[in-house]
Amino acid sequence: MTVSQDNSASGVTEYVTIMIGEQLFGLPIARVQDVFMPERLTRVPLASREVAGVLNLRGRIVTAIDMRARLGLPNAASDRPAMAVGVDLRGESYGLLIDSIGEVLKLADDSREVNPVNLDPRMTKMAAGVHRLDGQLMVVLDVDRVLEISSELRAA
Amino acid sequence: MDDLLKEFLTETNESLDVVDNQLVRFEQEPNNAKILDNIFRLVHTIKGTCGFLDLPRLETLAHAAETLMGKFRDGMPATGEAVTLILTTIDRIKEILAQLEATQAEPKGADEDLIDRLHAMAEGAHAEPAAIEAPVVAAPVAEAPVSTQGTLVHQVLERPLRPGEVSLDELERAFRETEAEVVPAPAPVQPPAPVKAAEKPAVSKPAAKKTVVENDAAEAERVSNQSIRVNVDTLEHLMTMVSELVLTRNQLLEISRRNEDTEFKVPLQRLSNVTAELQEGVMKTRMQPIGNAWQKLPRVVRDLAAELGKRIELEMHGADTELDRQVLDLIKDPLTHMVRNSADHGLEGPEERARAGKPEQGTIRLSAYHEGGHIIICIADNGRGLNTERIKAKAIANGLATESDLERMTEAQIHKFIFAPGFSTAAEVTSVSGRGVGMDVVRTNIDQIGGTIDVKSVAGEGASVTVKIPLTLAIVSALIVEAAGERFAIPQLSVIELVRARANSDHRIERIKDTPVLRLRNKLLPLIHLKKLLKLDEDAGAIDPENGFIVVTQVGNQTFGIVVDGVFHTEEIVVKPMSTKLRHINMFSGNTILGDGAVIMIVDPNGIAQALGTSVAAQHEIVDENAANRGSAAEQLTSLLVFRAGSTQPKAVPLALITRLEEISSDKIELSNGRYMVQYREQLMPLVQMDGVEVATSGVQPILVFADDGRTMGLVVDEIVDIVEERLAIEVASGRDGILGSAVIKGRATEVIDVGHFLPMAFADWFNRREMKPSASAQSILLVDDSAFFRNMLAPVLKAAGYRVRVATNAQEGLVALRSGEEFDAVLTDIEMPDMNGFEFAETIRADQKLNDVPIIALSSMISPAAIERGRQAGFHDYVAKFDRPGLIAALKEQTSDLNRAA
Repeated sequence: MTVSQDNSASGVTEYVTIMIGEQLFGLPIARVQDVFMPERLTRVPLASREVAGVLNLRGRIVTAIDMRARLGLPNAASDRPAMAVGVDLRGESYGLLIDSIGEVLKLADDSREVNPVNLDPRMTKMAAGVHRLDGQLMVVLDVDRVLEISSELRAA
Repeated sequence: MDDLLKEFLTETNESLDVVDNQLVRFEQEPNNAKILDNIFRLVHTIKGTCGFLDLPRLETLAHAAETLMGKFRDGMPATGEAVTLILTTIDRIKEILAQLEATQAEPKGADEDLIDRLHAMAEGAHAEPAAIEAPVVAAPVAEAPVSTQGTLVHQVLERPLRPGEVSLDELERAFRETEAEVVPAPAPVQPPAPVKAAEKPAVSKPAAKKTVVENDAAEAERVSNQSIRVNVDTLEHLMTMVSELVLTRNQLLEISRRNEDTEFKVPLQRLSNVTAELQEGVMKTRMQPIGNAWQKLPRVVRDLAAELGKRIELEMHGADTELDRQVLDLIKDPLTHMVRNSADHGLEGPEERARAGKPEQGTIRLSAYHEGGHIIICIADNGRGLNTERIKAKAIANGLATESDLERMTEAQIHKFIFAPGFSTAAEVTSVSGRGVGMDVVRTNIDQIGGTIDVKSVAGEGASVTVKIPLTLAIVSALIVEAAGERFAIPQLSVIELVRARANSDHRIERIKDTPVLRLRNKLLPLIHLKKLLKLDEDAGAIDPENGFIVVTQVGNQTFGIVVDGVFHTEEIVVKPMSTKLRHINMFSGNTILGDGAVIMIVDPNGIAQALGTSVAAQHEIVDENAANRGSAAEQLTSLLVFRAGSTQPKAVPLALITRLEEISSDKIELSNGRYMVQYREQLMPLVQMDGVEVATSGVQPILVFADDGRTMGLVVDEIVDIVEERLAIEVASGRDGILGSAVIKGRATEVIDVGHFLPMAFADWFNRREMKPSASAQSILLVDDSAFFRNMLAPVLKAAGYRVRVATNAQEGLVALRSGEEFDAVLTDIEMPDMNGFEFAETIRADQKLNDVPIIALSSMISPAAIERGRQAGFHDYVAKFDRPGLIAALKEQTSDLNRAA
């Protein structure tokens, strides 16, 4: 299933909403390539904790990112991640492992609020603001920053 | 970027590389008008295009250089100074081009310094032959805006035409037309240019990035140009698509293996074949001649020679040998580094060379050829060779080995230390190569692409570095293994063998303290568990201490075993680069998709080798004692076994040919099918009698046991008399079967038997033997063979055929003999020898001016068209199978008589 990337309206951004842990997040739809069920995930020995493994998505090798680990959330109860959102960064494919996918929302940019100062520092790094929806808050994820996983830490 | 400008940059950079090269050649052959014309044409084209694209700075520079070259055409001597000046100008042009590519505008700056010098040089030349020169014509101002001495500049171009000459305008038009033919189509796919340009401002050689399918065209005669320019990105994309196809094919094959449905089998087979062909075809488009990586070397060597005050000739062989451009890019720098090394450290200055009795001009020889799935590149020089003492001192200083370690090491083993990190023996750091970046960096680069590197050196004779690298990196054959329930791929290139280790078998994993090792053919092989290495052991159960599959792996000269839980099969895998998020893990070189669709990691043997530590390498080398260096005593004594058989006259045979002396109880000897047999070491061994020898019926029977290649035979003799060391000189050749001739041994005339006669009597096919006639001429032959068996067998044969024979146990010894001043009419050499093989030996002889007319005949047990071709290239006159004695004698006769005629 490929989500349309049409996002021409100015001042309005379309988001795909996702659930990770108990929290609602939004990903700008322009960055989302596809949504898929992660299958046959091969774990990579010696990789950092945030990298869940690699998998074959229609002939491309996709690096799966464990979003729970990335956001500092507790591990999921079930072992198998339910869903993955495919994103591209500099020609490489990544799959963000999430719990479930929601709907597509069109939100005005001026209704987006800055990160609350007391937000978890790990989340602050990756959040590009918060939208107040009725009843809950949606944290906007900055894909580039989500994928800023420092490999230098363990580099030889 | 403007398409036109992009095209211009690509083309100009290519042209400039050619100009570089051609200028160096021109300097060596100043009378070669063809080279000069070629340079002139290229520079002229650049100038013309610059004018067209409105790049005044470039145009002026090119113009000034062209003027000076015009002077060369008019007969001005091409001095080193003048060539250097033009080369400097070309460097300046390159700088401007680089900036032009980065900023898309011609940079500001002045070139008057160079232009003035160019003009001064041109003018200086003008002074001498000026009297005859055509009258000076004023230059059009528009063409030389910067030049202040324009009058002289255009004198060359605008003198009155000589008969038969064409005007410049016509030339110009001709050039443009030719150009149009040579460069037919722009690249069909244009990549998003602005991004690309922004990404690579630092790239100094855009030409290399944009090289085309056949860019050697400028070198070759451009007769019928059948090639087109294809953007590298297009090729890369094609390659990726083919890789996908290979993967899909593998998947289909996997499915078809599982299902018995035969309906798909045939078309699938067809698809599989087509895919394989397509893969090969696309790979071919990525292949480039290695000459592309060598293009800059003549210039490098020339500049170095000038800087160091040496005379250096650079020979290049096999420049058209092709390899994958990805690999090509990776070896360019190491190659340049090694050539610099040879020029700087290897070759001596002219005085030192003269003192050593060598020609003043040193030679660096680059050669490349294919062997199996590899390309072999050899960089050899005839300089002073590696300084073993200095390497030893440095190895001790760096703590790589102790003095007693070094005592036990052969020279070749010591030489390998130059690949150790931080190893540079140059007494002082020169500006040329001793910059702290040593051979270890070269080695690391080569290791990274799955290649191996080896060095050979003979003091005073020169050194050679041999690099063996795979032809391509994109699709490799890999062994699929399992560890802790996960599958991994190990590139087949570095796998030597597989060993199954079991608790109660010969191959058992043993432990020295906590380090697992395997005893394999009397060597201790360090082992490492893949599970442990990848930290998979915590959750996947304990490591079985004694069982497992061992993948014996070699990286460089380091051999080790990777212990895995299971081995599946080998598969052609498409190497996909690791995600940037995972690239820091140096245990993996990439990942791939298997036939069943799963992604697996490709283990990098280099990374494992590093993890094992380099100390292992040195230890292992020492354990691997090289026996070949023993027994090189210069005196040519032969141990002979003297015995009696059939007559009272003693007989003798080289002791080295005999495997064992046995006394067998006569009741053990059986008669079967008319032949005597004896049960010997659980096999039936046939007994052969010499004429007049009776097999004993009681007591014990002395037997000489000969063994070769798993077969044994016993020669029945009457009595074993003695073992003596004598100079074996067969004085009277024999006409009798089985007797080579007579020699004086211990003061008695003794018949030397020909073992070769008796071996086929036991096994008819031992080897085919025909009679040969001894020749009376006393020509001398140098026989080089590391195997004592063949030395001992061939030397008598040759002596019996009337030759004087000197034997050498290895190539180095052979070279010493050849250079000792002794005259040899021919050299016979084995091919497979340690340290320096027959090919290298032949190349060394060919490179030596004093020796290069000696015929060399290769002796080999392995004869294939490829080996023969390789031998021909190395300079062998003939190639003879080891057992083909009539062939050998015939070849010797032919070669030595040729020599007589020539003399």
